[in-house]
Amino acid sequence: MRNQFVKAVGQLAASDERVVVLTGDLGFMALEPLRDQLGPRFINAGIAEQNMISVAAGMAERGLIPWVYSIAPFAFLRPYEQLRNDVALHNLPVKIVGNGGGFGYGIMGATHHALEDLACFRLLPAFKIAAPVFSSDVGEAVEWANEHPGPVYLRLNLEVQGPSPSPFRSWRRLAEGEKAVVVTVGTVAQGLLELLNAFPKSTFDVFTAGILPIDEIPDDIFARIDSCGSLIVLEEHLSAGGLAEHLSTLLLQRLRRPIRFLPLAASGYPSGRYGSQKWHREENRLAGAPLKESLERFLEKSHGE
Amino acid sequence: MASIKSDINLKLLSQLRGKCASIKRRLLAMHFKANSGHVGASLSCAEILTFVRFGWMGPDDDLVLSKGHAASALYSLLIEAGDLEPAMADSFYGEGTLLAAHPPPGKLPGIPFATGSLGHGLSLAAGMAMGDRLLGEKRRVFCVTSDGELNEGSIWEAALFIAHHRLNNVVWLVDRNGLQGFGRTEEVMGLEPLSEKLSAFGFEVDQANGHDFSALLSLRDRLNNATSGKPTVILCRTTKGLGLGKLEDTVDCHYLPLSQEQHAQALKDLADNEARTNA
Repeated sequence: MRNQFVKAVGQLAASDERVVVLTGDLGFMALEPLRDQLGPRFINAGIAEQNMISVAAGMAERGLIPWVYSIAPFAFLRPYEQLRNDVALHNLPVKIVGNGGGFGYGIMGATHHALEDLACFRLLPAFKIAAPVFSSDVGEAVEWANEHPGPVYLRLNLEVQGPSPSPFRSWRRLAEGEKAVVVTVGTVAQGLLELLNAFPKSTFDVFTAGILPIDEIPDDIFARIDSCGSLIVLEEHLSAGGLAEHLSTLLLQRLRRPIRFLPLAASGYPSGRYGSQKWHREENRLAGAPLKESLERFLEKSHGE
Repeated sequence: MASIKSDINLKLLSQLRGKCASIKRRLLAMHFKANSGHVGASLSCAEILTFVRFGWMGPDDDLVLSKGHAASALYSLLIEAGDLEPAMADSFYGEGTLLAAHPPPGKLPGIPFATGSLGHGLSLAAGMAMGDRLLGEKRRVFCVTSDGELNEGSIWEAALFIAHHRLNNVVWLVDRNGLQGFGRTEEVMGLEPLSEKLSAFGFEVDQANGHDFSALLSLRDRLNNATSGKPTVILCRTTKGLGLGKLEDTVDCHYLPLSQEQHAQALKDLADNEARTNA
């Protein structure tokens, strides 16, 4: 998704003089086109994320729109106080781009993964979170983020191949079905979409939440969850503060009957071993055979009741 | 020519002293009424803030008080300057106030950023200055840090950044009172040799008595004509809690509210100083 991002910001910057780009010394073999295009509006702020975020806040105070790029965990963990006090507290239009949300950086190891980014940014209420799923989403997400008057976190990852069923927006349906509703966020949807053929047609009603936080679950989607009575939430993120907990709070206030609920989230590093993003997703039961097994068991159990 | 300049400076000197005395009286009253801490921190930088605002800043320049716990000095300064209403002094530290113990966000005039967590201000100033450069704005950003906050790594990130990008439109002043939250700076995490450290980071380093307007003005004149091309940092030698008698230069004056006696002592000290200068 990095390349789509570079292209999209390049287009933005060409027409919007307020756009500037900062990187935390990352972007080799990716950000060069932006660097070449933007000249002084492209700043490699070095390996100094706290300074980079405060500098971005200062630039935003002057009316610029800083796009700040790094590997996801570096983009928000070390400079979290700066994001909180300098950006969010002042509601400044700083756009944080975290490449490799979830297990995106795979074999690079835990220090390069971001399993807590959604929670952390939900804890900064001024921030909106955008999680593209398909490659075509990225340009649309970037445009939306630039238009948005406040701060944004854009979670990039290995995209889902193939065309998006619809333009990037806060809620999209990826598949229609009857037996269970699935709500997912980001590119972990890929593993699920690959598995759909292993189930009878129209088993899963799959939705993706593109923009967090969610203020209200749309009425029609709530109606689907309520009538279906089975909800699965799939996220490449820890359960604490993640999408499942987020939706639970919203649903608990509206549902008048219990539903069957399966939250599927990352647990981290059960074996202490490492591999590709795919390997980590499978170890965390978020893709492949382990995911298939979890879904089958859930359907069986639901059917049995 | 020289005598006209020195006449102008004499007049400015007198104005600065007068405004500073007014600022200090107001902040002392604010602290006494609110029974609040941090008065020592505000008293060590009152001259610095007065000098920056009334002796150096242009109308388009900005001031970032990175040592946000000296908020009362900033509020008093801004009231003196007419940016804030005088009545606001009474609301300092009170229930439902805008004037919290540390400067709030929300675009109060003269307060570009909420500070209070140490170590952010210099980077914020750098960002504003970098933004100004990109936008072709010819103005300066003044940043006042404490010395204790130089413990924070983010300050040194900012220093590297400012020096590397030659952000000469940042003017950094350090309130070097030698004290921090739970001890003297040199006992907690020694900063010395500070001048050499900052010089090694690529700054033009100057030192001045942070309570002496004459020294500060001379420095300003020299720096305004300087062409070293390096960004500037001024180490202002100050006394924490200046005017508080026995509480001067103690950690106590960082935290403790003013007693009636201490308030009276500080006001007397101010009056004595004025009498001495006007004599």
